[in-house]
Amino acid sequence: MHIMEGFLPVEHAVGWTVASAPFVAYGVHTVKRQIHEQPEQRMLLGVAAAFAFVLSALKLPSVTGSCSHPTGTGLGAILFGPVAMAPVGAVVLLFQALLLAHGGLTTLGANIFSMAIVGPFAATAVFRLARSLKLSFATCVFLAASLADLLTYVTTSVQLAWAFPDPVGGFVASFAKFAGIFAITQIPLAISEGLLTVVIFNALARFNPKELQDMKVVSRSEASA
Amino acid sequence: MKRHQTLLLLIAVVLLAALPLWLVQKPEPGPDGKPVEIFAGADNKARDLIGTIDPNYQPWFAPLLEPASGEIASLLFALQAALGAGFIGYYLGASVTREKLRREAEKPVEKQCRAD
Repeated sequence: MHIMEGFLPVEHAVGWTVASAPFVAYGVHTVKRQIHEQPEQRMLLGVAAAFAFVLSALKLPSVTGSCSHPTGTGLGAILFGPVAMAPVGAVVLLFQALLLAHGGLTTLGANIFSMAIVGPFAATAVFRLARSLKLSFATCVFLAASLADLLTYVTTSVQLAWAFPDPVGGFVASFAKFAGIFAITQIPLAISEGLLTVVIFNALARFNPKELQDMKVVSRSEASA
Repeated sequence: MKRHQTLLLLIAVVLLAALPLWLVQKPEPGPDGKPVEIFAGADNKARDLIGTIDPNYQPWFAPLLEPASGEIASLLFALQAALGAGFIGYYLGASVTREKLRREAEKPVEKQCRAD
């Protein structure tokens, strides 16, 4: 989902940066307050960031014959809420833009918007919806993480189609082409991300039930189960 | 049961990553005789697609720092994954030990209760 350095027209690059900046700023504020109020959550926030670090470094082969990577933002969004993941995702993307020439500074705003804003918000929304439907906890986590992953790549396709509409078919034709590259490739990877997030949650639920309960991610009865 | 589930989930992830390597056939060399690259990054494909949609588009900014070679790039990616995995491993390890100590600390209390 990394739009490469310089590959968004100036007005789009500026626009996405302006759109992402308030989320990142508010996210920093939220995380600071949360850590100040509950310092014991610091380590768990580190785990959420580390998970995004690992998963976005893993370029996996997909059935379309190209490689892409998961995003790892679903875990943190479920634990800390969507806003907290904006600065976390921004750090991951900045690391890759500066050191790996993967993504870029001019496209950072757009990439933050897809991976660190749309993804986490989707994860939280899907998680809440699935919980309200009384699905099993693992299913909720799986759906939240994998759909967040997929929607991140759909967002990237929208961003690129908007910036580069097809000369004949316009935005829709262009979106179909970009989605063919990003979203289809991403389907098996999104499933992988969902499964891996369930694995991490199982471990957290087993060894850190009190934290999850304090954060109101699981109810008392689920934590002791 | 939970442990079983974790194992099955991990096997599924490995299969999802490994199966495409078997399923996807290497495409025939293009008309110019160059072999077509397989399992290239989706990001690069998107960049090429931008080139087809708008051949006149020129990127207006270049990365400040580019890994000197593919090897250096994979070094940095490996480093990124190792840092993340190291932290998660440390946290889970610490949590497992803490949980174990807590259970051990609870045991004598239970015995006392029974004695009363």
